[in-house]
Amino acid sequence: MIRQMGDIMADHQTSIREPQIHGNKNLNDVTNEVCNIMDRKPTWLWWLGITLSLSALTLGIVSVSYQIATGIGTWGLNKTVGWAFDITNFVFWVGIGHAGTLISAILFLFRQKWRTSINRSAEAMTIFAVMCAGLFPIIHMGRPWLAYWMFPYPNFRGPLWINFRSPLAWDVFAIGTYLIISATFWYFGMIPDLATVRDRAKNKIKKFIFGALSLGWNGSYRVWHRYETVYALLAGLATPLVVSVHTVVSFDFATSSIPGWHTTTFPPYFVAGAVFSGFAMVLTLMIIARKTLKLEEYITLNHIENMTKVIIVTGGIVTASYATEFFIAWYSGNGFEQFVFLNRALGPFAWAYWIMVGCNLITPQFFWFRSIRRNVIIVFILSIFVNIGMWFERFVIIVTSLHRDFLPSAWSMYAPTWVEIGTLIGSFGLFFTLFLLFIRTMPMISMGEVKSVLHFRGKGKEA
Amino acid sequence: MEKLLIAEFQNEYDLVDSVKAVRAADIDVIDAYTPYAVHGLDKAMDLKPSRLTQICFTFAFIGLLVGVLGQYWVSAVNWPINIGGRPWNSLPAFMPVAFEVIILFAGLGTVFSFFAWRRVKHGKPGLQPSLRVTNDRFYIVMKQGQQRKSATSVTEIVTAHHGKMVEN
Repeated sequence: MIRQMGDIMADHQTSIREPQIHGNKNLNDVTNEVCNIMDRKPTWLWWLGITLSLSALTLGIVSVSYQIATGIGTWGLNKTVGWAFDITNFVFWVGIGHAGTLISAILFLFRQKWRTSINRSAEAMTIFAVMCAGLFPIIHMGRPWLAYWMFPYPNFRGPLWINFRSPLAWDVFAIGTYLIISATFWYFGMIPDLATVRDRAKNKIKKFIFGALSLGWNGSYRVWHRYETVYALLAGLATPLVVSVHTVVSFDFATSSIPGWHTTTFPPYFVAGAVFSGFAMVLTLMIIARKTLKLEEYITLNHIENMTKVIIVTGGIVTASYATEFFIAWYSGNGFEQFVFLNRALGPFAWAYWIMVGCNLITPQFFWFRSIRRNVIIVFILSIFVNIGMWFERFVIIVTSLHRDFLPSAWSMYAPTWVEIGTLIGSFGLFFTLFLLFIRTMPMISMGEVKSVLHFRGKGKEA
Repeated sequence: MEKLLIAEFQNEYDLVDSVKAVRAADIDVIDAYTPYAVHGLDKAMDLKPSRLTQICFTFAFIGLLVGVLGQYWVSAVNWPINIGGRPWNSLPAFMPVAFEVIILFAGLGTVFSFFAWRRVKHGKPGLQPSLRVTNDRFYIVMKQGQQRKSATSVTEIVTAHHGKMVEN
């Protein structure tokens, strides 16, 4: 009797709950459809994408080579505004790099099954974004060939060690660790799928490469059992790591004594902003991927809707942070602090401030409506607005806090030069080139995990 | 090498039920081969929880020691530099880096311990009952010659769970 009740309830549940993956697939379908993305010839859209990305990357390489050869005097910086475009881009890309590990680690710990279709490509996106981010501080050094001085190693200069009290040294460790652990997590999660590709490969070279990469994976359950343990441990380690990375990035500002920067709310504010912008970028990429690679049955409207909900929450936190900053500036009674915030909203960079407010406060409010959350084209457009808004947030924080400092005679304006704009475009080129190559060469959907959520069907039937 | 019995199944439910039934009939299940991590199979096969959690903790602890003592030695012992009058041993300022070192050691240590246990190397061939393991089939590998005690034969159990014997 109880058994029967259970079955009825199970049936009932499956009829309300939409399946994670549409199209009533079996295990073999998943293998074939995911692997076919790599096997078939690229579409003209892919060629268009790679052409545009490589062009942008070329512009970036030209700009970076020029500024390294000439010096960072080619930038629009001056004595007052010593940080601007470069650090804005750095923080922007680190922020983008937060969604991947959030999806793969935090949503894994919360048992959110919908993550399985998007975690692989979101993790790849994370790694590429962190690589883009890492370029900017290195370029900013002016003498990038000495970048290894950032690491503590025995040397003949004293030994003169790095200053471990500096947030910039913390950054090196936070971002370095984040890149290494994210890449490990990504590769580790991919091993079973690499074996799947190996076992169905007909071509000798492909068999060799994927044979090497899959490390002799054979699907043994004794190995799966340990594998799951390691995966859960990595997720547990990556979760505080995600939070720590943008916290440390925010310390670059928060530990300084510049009004507008030395704010104790920066760590949670930055982490929420990072997740906000990261999810917007995941949405942008996933909407393009599902359309061009015909993955609508894997990346369903439910996935898109879930991600827009994350954007509502994190957008709300970001909005609350903007309000808190203003309130505290007024409540502190500190004239310098009050001036910086009034100058942000009403000064010469007010246009940037209002782009930021417009994109980050208003855009998420559209997602309260279900019809908009499930309208792919509108979500795509709104996700781009969030990306723009979050880029301007970093620009506003950095430039408006610096350009009118304590001494009015030192006040100055900032405008980027073509070199700086070329470097930004080049970083987008690098990001999209890597992503487009990734979807052609690696299984972009985690087959092993998608297969484990397919079986919401019932006992005894053929899977 | 002794002969093995291999049974093939089409879905995870039949596999798990069959593993339970086979073990109930006192036949040793050496291993199962599955395309994904089947939920509940560890209990059915009675696998012990992995010790990798302890290994992870050990590496995290080593990371803590390296992170804290390393920064202390560099900043306060080997070459102390006065930076803004801060104390040589600025322990609170060492915490972010120590934290990152803990995560780095624990993460890489765990993964490489797993690889070491698997004795992986580049291009090691996958030894598996069939190439379909990594696609859509489930297998149980059992020891042969233990069926004396049980009333029903392995084949009967397997067939009852919609499976078939591929090697016996």
